[in-house]
Amino acid sequence: MAGALARVVQATKTHIGVVGPLVNINNGSVRFQQTQTKTKFGPLSDSDRVFTNLYGRHDWRLKGALSRGDWYMTKEIMLKGTDWIVNELKTSGLRGRGGAGFPTGMKWSFMNKPSGGRPKYLVVNADEGEPGTCKDREIMRHDPHKLVEGCLVAGRAIGAQAAYIYIRGEFYNEASNLQVAIAEAYQAGLIGKNACGSGYDFDVFVHRGAGAYICGEETALIESIEGKQGKPRLKPPFPADVGLFGCPTTVNNVETIAVAPTICRRGGAWFASFGRTRNSGTKLFNISGHVNTPCTVEEEMSIPLKELIERHAGGVTGGWDNLLAIIPGGSSTPLIPKDVCETVLMDFDGLVAAQTSLGTAAIIVMDKSTDIVKAIARLIMFYKHESCGQCTPCREGVSWMNKIMYRFVDGNASPKEIDMLWELSKQIEGHTICALGDGAAWPVQGLIRHFRPELERRMAEHAAAHGPSKAERLY
Amino acid sequence: MLRQPLSRALGLSPSRVAPLTARKFAEQVQAQPDNVELFIDDQPVSVPPGTTVLQAAAQIGVEIPRFCYHERLAVAGNCRMCLVEVEKSPKPIAACAMPVMKGMRVKTNSDLTRRAREGVMEFLLVNHPLDCPICDQGGECDLQDQSMAFGSDKSRFTDIHFSGKRAVEDKDVGPLIKTIMTRCIHCTRCIRFASEVAGVDDFGTTGRGTEMQVGTYVEKMFLSELSGNIIDLCPVGALTSKPYSFAARPWETRRIDSVDVLDPLGSNIVVATRTNEVLRILPRTNEEINEEWLSDKSRFACDGLKRQRLVTPMIADSRGNLTPVDWEEAVVAAASALRDCPPDKLLAVAGELADAESLVALKDLLNRLGSEKVCTEQYFPLEGAGTDLRSSYVLNTKIANVEDADFVLLIGTNVRFEAPLLNARIRKAFIHKETDIASIGPKVDLTYEYIHVGDSASIVKDFATGSSSHEALKRLESAKRPVVIIGADQLKSAEGPALLAYTQELALRLQDKLADKEWKVLNVLQRTASQVAALDIGYKPGVGKHLQDGPKVVFLLGADAGVVTRESLPKDCVVIYQGHHGDVGAAIADIVLPGAAYTEKRGTYVNAEGRAQQTLPAVTPPGRAREDWKIIRALSEVCGARLPYDSLDEVRDRLGELSPALVCYGEVQNNNYFAQARQLAQSLQKPVSGKLDVQLKQLEDFFMTDAISRASPTMAKCVQAVIKQKQSPY
Repeated sequence: MAGALARVVQATKTHIGVVGPLVNINNGSVRFQQTQTKTKFGPLSDSDRVFTNLYGRHDWRLKGALSRGDWYMTKEIMLKGTDWIVNELKTSGLRGRGGAGFPTGMKWSFMNKPSGGRPKYLVVNADEGEPGTCKDREIMRHDPHKLVEGCLVAGRAIGAQAAYIYIRGEFYNEASNLQVAIAEAYQAGLIGKNACGSGYDFDVFVHRGAGAYICGEETALIESIEGKQGKPRLKPPFPADVGLFGCPTTVNNVETIAVAPTICRRGGAWFASFGRTRNSGTKLFNISGHVNTPCTVEEEMSIPLKELIERHAGGVTGGWDNLLAIIPGGSSTPLIPKDVCETVLMDFDGLVAAQTSLGTAAIIVMDKSTDIVKAIARLIMFYKHESCGQCTPCREGVSWMNKIMYRFVDGNASPKEIDMLWELSKQIEGHTICALGDGAAWPVQGLIRHFRPELERRMAEHAAAHGPSKAERLY
Repeated sequence: MLRQPLSRALGLSPSRVAPLTARKFAEQVQAQPDNVELFIDDQPVSVPPGTTVLQAAAQIGVEIPRFCYHERLAVAGNCRMCLVEVEKSPKPIAACAMPVMKGMRVKTNSDLTRRAREGVMEFLLVNHPLDCPICDQGGECDLQDQSMAFGSDKSRFTDIHFSGKRAVEDKDVGPLIKTIMTRCIHCTRCIRFASEVAGVDDFGTTGRGTEMQVGTYVEKMFLSELSGNIIDLCPVGALTSKPYSFAARPWETRRIDSVDVLDPLGSNIVVATRTNEVLRILPRTNEEINEEWLSDKSRFACDGLKRQRLVTPMIADSRGNLTPVDWEEAVVAAASALRDCPPDKLLAVAGELADAESLVALKDLLNRLGSEKVCTEQYFPLEGAGTDLRSSYVLNTKIANVEDADFVLLIGTNVRFEAPLLNARIRKAFIHKETDIASIGPKVDLTYEYIHVGDSASIVKDFATGSSSHEALKRLESAKRPVVIIGADQLKSAEGPALLAYTQELALRLQDKLADKEWKVLNVLQRTASQVAALDIGYKPGVGKHLQDGPKVVFLLGADAGVVTRESLPKDCVVIYQGHHGDVGAAIADIVLPGAAYTEKRGTYVNAEGRAQQTLPAVTPPGRAREDWKIIRALSEVCGARLPYDSLDEVRDRLGELSPALVCYGEVQNNNYFAQARQLAQSLQKPVSGKLDVQLKQLEDFFMTDAISRASPTMAKCVQAVIKQKQSPY
């Protein structure tokens, strides 16, 4: 036990999520000199909301979108040029909303390099597959024009000639609405040849996936659009050098793209005024699980988790004291127990400090009725099923973890195996081609970190009822 | 097809661009960019940008373990065995895929690196069956070796006692490759080989995660002439040799370096033997010829060496049945037939597997008996320069240089089956160098896309005279390093001399224009391993005319191609057959002298480039069979025309007298006198009207082409399996 705890302490995560080697650049070069002065975050006032039709109460078509201010001054934004848009995004401090939190302005500026005559592409990752996450679908079915306009603005910023929106296969209605919105935009001359009258030609294509979680990884997504098996590519080369069809490509999350036009219209400084430094902006939070009113809500970054749940989700079922643990950023992030939930701020840095991650900000609340071991085991089963099988640690390691986890559910295991499971998860984490391995390892690590006594209790119970586990003898 | 986006292909594969050998063209093309300096285990190393960490480490002798990485295949980076720690990187990086960066400090032996390797090794073993005792890969298994070197010393696979290991159904991919898919570690080398080198995109993965399987999706034979190479590539025992299964352990076998003779390229091989039996044949790396591949015929036909063998001298009895006799009796009978025959009625025909020593001995013997009629089965036009100038009958470009070509024109040859590894080179150039290929001849599957110009011989004439307006000619004329390859089979016909003359004209016309004066364009692809040596020694190609003269005694030196038949000979003609297999030649013989096959003698073979190489005896000849030149030497003694050499070295001295190229082992000399050959050929440029056709069109034609492969049960199974596969709807 002491061994594992020591490891927990040294394992403060210096990086989050999916970016891999780029993380260095992320931490090294983003320098916000100003110090934190704001101390109160949220609630967000209605006038500051980006997504004004999140609940579908208004018309989602072009007419409705225009009345909500979409497509307003798009031509002027485009005419201000690449540098202006990228700078505005940099000022806004927008970090990628897909989970890894890479600064969007910087990502777009990578596309400035000469491409040697190759076209450039924007790829929008609408393969929202992370369990617990349901923010992009709200945008696509209720505010699709935000995304289409965002594609144009982002495409202009990176010099792309087309955007591919890779939408999850299960999102039938979302794809349908999005396609209608694109058709409307084409007919209105907003995209296509001479988009918005800016002299810029830009196409938007929708590509429907077939339902593989791994296709949400950017390079697997690119492979999938190219018609191959969705298996992540090795990086380097990064998509900004060699991406879709071998051309420079930027892959962004739906939410990232959809907020870009509003940032350009209202200014980067406006967006940066929300949340703590380095974590600025507004964000869609999905709150699901054991809460009274599960919802997707746009809130200010850095809002305390407790306030977010109490204000928008009607509180935990049976009251805050009935809370067991929360997975704060989609299924791949480590869970945090109740005492951490009391104080943690919902932003990138706050959750990293709590040894977890903001991820997609999909908050899964679990009250005391939850079988926490079984819940995590079920998540690992999901990752086992969705592992692409390309690289060894993920293919072999996750299915092995899955076997152990299900024995832990019954307690048919040796307490020594808890340390072994921890080590296995560390053997997977950081050793794989893409971040799916990490995403499978983290929930297990979170469980062991915070619920080790529960695991040991089950094993003791099982041993009392059935005699010592076979694993005791074998391991 | 497989052509990658250029940047990706280049970014990942600098190793495939330039093998170690002195490749002058590669040197010329690559301007030396500034080298990048990095540190591997604190040793400085300076390499060109784009090199991977693994290659840089190899340069200073630091070997990084790997399973999926193979220097001749694209980088997959999926086994994760090559993870190494790099300073300032939070995660270990895959050395096989990571390009070097300036000032990088790589630690290949740090705690982090060793833990990463141990972890990957543990994951690879968790579902790998522990059936090493019954696995044919045992002893030459990468997984076995590396788990000893890098794995953990203890097991924690408690879960296999609860839920077992993964089991995967075996696939049937034909009679050559045995699959035990449970052992597969999913390195995808076989998949990459099939799609990149073999050009048969049948392999792939199906399923996801732990259910991922390597296979063909529908059960299907691996229809490639290079399929056996995936056995060597497989780092574990998932793909093993079917004919060799459960035959021996690698440490029990004796390995003798030798040369293959079943196709004209002379691929380098290792013959593995035990108790005087050839168990299997493996490729031996030779960058100039076969790299590290081997064609299926060369690899698997070795069981033909044990069947249909002539093990004792024989003489036809009164009823025409061959009856075993003593060597003395047979030699006396043969010698008296030779001696009593009028010199102008004496004919010797050499077959496709004859070594240079026996060729020279036979020629010297016949010359001493007063006959000049020594010929080969395979025809070659004697008009013009004929066989006087070596440049007219060899591959002048050389096999390795073909991959530097920018345009290849094939005339009447199915390179894929006539010389599979030359075809692999062309495909390599096609994929990695953007080389384009055009073909005049029948439409065949060459595993890459090519411009099919047509199959009429007159196209060659139009190309030569420049009167064709075909796009292929324009491409050829603008090419900087063009290659023209004509199949020797085309030269058999009446139009052969004209075709050769036109080809020479075309090639020389192109060659004269080139900036690179060293580049050779003209190539004649012979069909057999013995032809170049025979022509060098002075054999007359083709037997046609001599048969019409009504020979009294015919000496067949392994002539099994069926060119000489009983019907074409006078009734009273005595046929002496010397060779190792009871095939077409022995069937018509009156006297049979059993010789040695290529694995049983030290023999010189000259490949289609004109490169002399020697085989080494791996086993002794079966029964009373003897080395071929010795038999002829013995005959000469009895004939009273004693040959002046008593040892192999003396025979080789004689070979050296005839042509020094025959004894410069491993070397190939540049040929000259192209202009003279062209001049002599000019008068032969007559109109041609025929159609170009090739003998080996389909894969089933490929397997059984000579006495050894015709005797091989494995090859027979291959033919049947291919025919069966072709009837299947997949």
